[in-house]
Amino acid sequence: MQARIPTVPERLPLRARWDNFQRRYAPYIFISPFFILFAIFGLFPIVFSLYLSFHAWQPASGLGSMTFVGWRNFTDNLTDPTFWQSLKNTGIIALESGIPQHLIAIPLAFAINMSLKRVQGLVTALYFLPYITSVVAIAVIFVTIFSWQYGVLNVVLTSLHSLPLIGGLFPAENINWLGNRNFIQPAVASVVVWRYVGWNVVLYLSGLQAIPRDLYEAASVDGASVWQQFRYITLPLLRPIMFVAITLTLIGNLQLFEEPYIIAGDSGGIGNMALTTVMYMYRTYNFYSDAGLAAAMSWLLFILIGALTFLNNRIFGKSRLSGSD
Amino acid sequence: MHKIALALTLALTASLAGAQAKKTITIGVFPDLDSVVKAALPGFNKKFPNIEVKINSLAYADHHNALTTALATGSGANDVEAIDFGYVAKFAEGGGLVDISKAPYNAGQYRSRFVAYTFPQAMTDDGRMVAMPTDIGPGSMFYRTDLLQKAGVKPTDLNKSWDSYIAAGKKIVAANPGTFLIPDASEVEGIMIRSGLKPGEGLYFDKDNKVLVSPTNPRFVNAFTVAKQIRDAKLDARAGAAFSSDWTTAFQKGNLASEVSGAWLVGHMQNWLAKDFAGKWAALQLPGNSFTSYGGSFYGIPSQSKNKTEAWELIKYLTTDANQQILAFKTTGAFPALRAAQTAPLFNEGVPYLAGQKARQLWRTAANRIQPIDVNRLDPVADQIVADALTSVLDGSKTVEQALSEAQALIQRRAR
Repeated sequence: MQARIPTVPERLPLRARWDNFQRRYAPYIFISPFFILFAIFGLFPIVFSLYLSFHAWQPASGLGSMTFVGWRNFTDNLTDPTFWQSLKNTGIIALESGIPQHLIAIPLAFAINMSLKRVQGLVTALYFLPYITSVVAIAVIFVTIFSWQYGVLNVVLTSLHSLPLIGGLFPAENINWLGNRNFIQPAVASVVVWRYVGWNVVLYLSGLQAIPRDLYEAASVDGASVWQQFRYITLPLLRPIMFVAITLTLIGNLQLFEEPYIIAGDSGGIGNMALTTVMYMYRTYNFYSDAGLAAAMSWLLFILIGALTFLNNRIFGKSRLSGSD
Repeated sequence: MHKIALALTLALTASLAGAQAKKTITIGVFPDLDSVVKAALPGFNKKFPNIEVKINSLAYADHHNALTTALATGSGANDVEAIDFGYVAKFAEGGGLVDISKAPYNAGQYRSRFVAYTFPQAMTDDGRMVAMPTDIGPGSMFYRTDLLQKAGVKPTDLNKSWDSYIAAGKKIVAANPGTFLIPDASEVEGIMIRSGLKPGEGLYFDKDNKVLVSPTNPRFVNAFTVAKQIRDAKLDARAGAAFSSDWTTAFQKGNLASEVSGAWLVGHMQNWLAKDFAGKWAALQLPGNSFTSYGGSFYGIPSQSKNKTEAWELIKYLTTDANQQILAFKTTGAFPALRAAQTAPLFNEGVPYLAGQKARQLWRTAANRIQPIDVNRLDPVADQIVADALTSVLDGSKTVEQALSEAQALIQRRAR
């Protein structure tokens, strides 16, 4: 029997080992900043809010006061009439603002793309301006416009009332836009439309510019009118970008917070008509200091948005994109 | 050589001694309290040359958000924290703030020196006290003398009773087209539900956490009914909460005949809110013998502070030193919570903006007649629900009874 001599692996020179290390690990070090930042500012809050949604916690009492309550936060929210009202408000304002946004943005983008060759950049920038304007400034302006006693809008409308013939179409008395249940949601929706039309125009313009010019040229040679070109070339080929834009609007509108908050304030407007779900979440955390309940609310909203996005995907998404034509 | 060594040793010991004796503490405040503290520091440093104070001032909401975060995570709070009345109950829960009723602080010994209702505001059900009161906002009615004259209404007609207030208001609005009696009808409800509390009752809950909001509780029924009368008579500007844009515009245009608020409103009126109407406003006690408070500020010590002794010295100086409390009143018009400060000659002088009226005596009387109201953890929730209920009564979508029974059910859902 011969004793086996263990073979000692030949030590690589330091230089080669360093090269090896670099080849193997350097890429990870280079991409690590993103993952580190994401872990701290993305993953941790998500996981923590999930953990929080199963606990009762008043933030000001310190971390030690968290108590496990199981599914109670979820059942509490689902049996809370105000929560359902906030969902309803969110849905209504989302539709009232979402649909007009696209109905305005698509033809507008088409028109800009067709005719305004030289000043296209400038016009687009102008339309994009509301999207990047400070929310506080927007609030001041719109609240001043909608004000019941002192609002510009009411001054204009009531002065139009005295016109002959069409005067009857306009109100004789000031309308309390933000103090009337019927008007506050459209008022908020109009601000959302005003803010996001430009954003959608930019999206649709980029989509339009991806459509080959020669299609239009061929169509006009064949005698197609502008409407026919829009209907049979632009719309079908714009579908992928429409899907993107509508998905973004859907997610954005269901998470609506800024516009209703600046117009209606903490109170959620008259009869809570402008209280969106995210506003209610903010109120629950900030004023009721019930962090667990607020976290559960955010997860319920997440589930809803997820389901609607999935539906949108099925209706509008990839399967229909290629088209059967 | 020896000399140098000696000098070095001396310098070293001196600096060490200095480092041991001189302590830096921080105080977290919001405007206008920051000006009050700034003005107080020279006097404080004279008394305590070894305590250096650093002021960290943030905007009102930011300050309280930062404090919430600091208390939640157990780090990052200042040694002394200013707390607005609206947040005291919230921060009193848990152990985030030091219980100053216990040794070595024994805040209870100062209780008789302060306006009666302030101490209970900072106390919890289990008898802990988390903050010291510094300024208060005794409620007052302000009215436009010229508009009243034009309508032939006497000031006493305004505050005899709520009915008399409404009757006088109708005359004023009729005689001065385009004006309103009050910015919002809900303000009257706010005063009325804070008046006539029975012993053991809080605003919305009693001692045993039973919900008091109900369609059979006269306190709420009357408040809702009177507010509705004001709305129906078209007497209010429907301006919503104070400091809303409509509220501000109505003030600046001089369209308001009266307003109910804390004494501090005069400062706002003379500085920016109603500059053009100086000398035309005057003050009265609230209608129907009501005495309510509009806010106030407190100072507390977070449990995480490493310098609690020095922090307490600073709080004591800011709150229990009469000269300092008078200085604060001179600086920003912060009405002293310390009774000794209210006997200063200053309080017998006229207020220039109110045409020289000696209104401070009025506010002093009001301050000492305000009853303490027990706070409850769920007050903010109930507050919001009752406000919503009132809104639906005011715009006619629900009856008083309906709205109150729905509000009762909603609050009971939360109070488990």
